[in-house]
Amino acid sequence: MKSLILTLTTVAFVAGSAAAGDVTGKISLKGTPAPEKEIPMDPACGKLHDGKKVTTRFYVTDGAGGLGDCVVYLEGAKGGAATKEVVIDQKGCEYLPYISSAQVNQPIRVLNSDPVLHNVHPTPTVDGNKEQNKAQLPKGAPLDFTFAKAEKFLRFKCDVHPWMFSYVSIFDHGFHAVSAKDGSYKITGVPDGKYKLVVEHRKGGKVEKEIEVKGGAKADFTIEAK
Amino acid sequence: MAAYQSSMSQPADNPWLHRFALLTALATLGLIGIGGLVTSHGAGMAVPDWPNSYGYNMFTFPVSMWIGGILYEHSHRLAGSVVGFLTLVLALWLNGRPAAKWLRWGGLVVLALGLMAATSPRVKLDNVLFLCGTGVAGFGISFFWPHHAPLSPRLARFGLLALVLVVVQGLLGGLRVTAMKDQIGIFHGTLAQCFFVLICALALCTSRWWARAWATPASGIVPLSVRQFLLVTTLLILGQLALGAAMRHQHAGLAVPDFPMAHGRIWPATDAAALERYNAVRLDTRDFKAITAGQIHLHMAHRCGAVLVLCAVLACFLRLKAALTAGHPLLRLASGWLALICAQAGLGIWTVLSNKAADIATLHVIVGAAVLVTGALLTLLAGTVFGERPVAPSAAMGPAARAT
Ligand code: HEM
Ligand SMILES: [Cu+2]
Repeated sequence: MKSLILTLTTVAFVAGSAAAGDVTGKISLKGTPAPEKEIPMDPACGKLHDGKKVTTRFYVTDGAGGLGDCVVYLEGAKGGAATKEVVIDQKGCEYLPYISSAQVNQPIRVLNSDPVLHNVHPTPTVDGNKEQNKAQLPKGAPLDFTFAKAEKFLRFKCDVHPWMFSYVSIFDHGFHAVSAKDGSYKITGVPDGKYKLVVEHRKGGKVEKEIEVKGGAKADFTIEAK
Repeated sequence: MAAYQSSMSQPADNPWLHRFALLTALATLGLIGIGGLVTSHGAGMAVPDWPNSYGYNMFTFPVSMWIGGILYEHSHRLAGSVVGFLTLVLALWLNGRPAAKWLRWGGLVVLALGLMAATSPRVKLDNVLFLCGTGVAGFGISFFWPHHAPLSPRLARFGLLALVLVVVQGLLGGLRVTAMKDQIGIFHGTLAQCFFVLICALALCTSRWWARAWATPASGIVPLSVRQFLLVTTLLILGQLALGAAMRHQHAGLAVPDFPMAHGRIWPATDAAALERYNAVRLDTRDFKAITAGQIHLHMAHRCGAVLVLCAVLACFLRLKAALTAGHPLLRLASGWLALICAQAGLGIWTVLSNKAADIATLHVIVGAAVLVTGALLTLLAGTVFGERPVAPSAAMGPAARAT
């Protein structure tokens, strides 16, 4: 009996994984966005960049048409496992990465690799997600944050350095990703079925497509610079 | 009204008290300026804890850690302590002998708190030492000072009110940090302006000029209707300051980034598509919260309010001019007021056009405080020294008049 259940679950698992795949594609930027603004770093932070100019990261591209930092997700999807934790580092008085995505209640771990102190201050706007403000001394212990409700582009900021921002989109499912600099993205383990695939860029706006996943799917998007 | 006038007319018996009140007023204006810098630099939350600063007692917080936004926020806390201390001394001074008792008991309470804190492993040694030290100092000083007879009972009570307000201000400031509520910041900013008015009024009422003005017959009486108009205008300015504070704390200062147009129109659109458009093209290193319709309405209310108070102040000036002879002190004060409010409007516009440069926005806060105080003191003077006095000035000074 026991072995029968085991066999059945194994079969179901294999079948389940066969009926799932990766959703991949590329997001291209159309048009030329306004030039990024130079960040007026203070001396302590500027020193960490060897005199190199640091700019805002509103439009992150590979220079060949790809658009990074787009949040890609299956709207209204259910399930999907979270990875262990999302890590955001503070390096050179900047948050790395600038844009990330996470699942509700998944730990978002903030590190401080700087010789400078920061305060880590998430400012959610959705009811049920708690605003917090924590000190983090140079090379201080990591801080973990979790959020109970889905929220797009939940802002993390540092008030010591008024240019430091990071945006985490929180989903109540596991089917989301952030596009790389070349515009490529990959949402893994999507069960077969019909979905609405949405791409959202903080400044460029939102585009969407109906897709059908059959052991995977591919969808490319174009976002226009505003 | 009569009792108000006669007790306010108590002359200051001590020029040093007046100088000290002036010093407190000046320190308060400085504090408002530093507080303005905190918000202008978006540094309100740069020190996440309170009353400690990054775990340190605020007076032992190492200077090497005063970086970025912390510099403003921490300086503001220190300046707040200075003004708190000055206000305590002022209140004791105004209240005289009876206040020695409060100082003694207050000192004991603080000492007891310090000793209690000493038993908790969570409180740092410097906090314990600070509490015990202040407690002992207050207790000890109370045996020597204040020992003089109280000044007029009304001034004494206003001194006490100032002390209460400064404590409330301190707590509000702390709560704003620990509760992470912008609304508290709005109230804190507005109450600061009211506190400033009170301290300035105390400085005026303890001055020799004030005593002399009461001792001589009033030169030119301000009619009741003008007095009421002055009061209403001052309250309008207070409302405008509150709108300004609400705007600053919601970071709505640039919700409408152009002037004289508003998003390129007379009245800006606030539909969802327009908001999306405004936010998409907004690329600022300070990455403010997204513009909302509420922010835009708030901002436009402040612009409309500016037109209203400008007209009201101009009308005050013209009515005073009609009622008083040229060169009258109130008239001179009123023309200063008019100049200040015009400068204030200019600074408001400059704040927007400079893309909210921190220094300009802060200057707009400071001149705003000056505009409010000028209006309040004008109203006070028009209602007292230059109002209809019920009794002869010399009699008003006497104890008989005080009893009325
Ligand atoms: C003439 C009468 C005016 C008065 C009395 C006044 C007063 C104030 C005060 C006191 C504040 C700051 C409040 C606080 O933080 O405590 C403020 C903020 C502000 N005011 Fe005015 N204002 C006036 C006119 C204007 C005008 C004409 C404009 C622009 C068209 C303007 C634009 C602003 C802006 C943008 C802020 C927010 C600045 C920031 O976010 O840092 N004001 N106002
Ligand atoms: Cu920082």
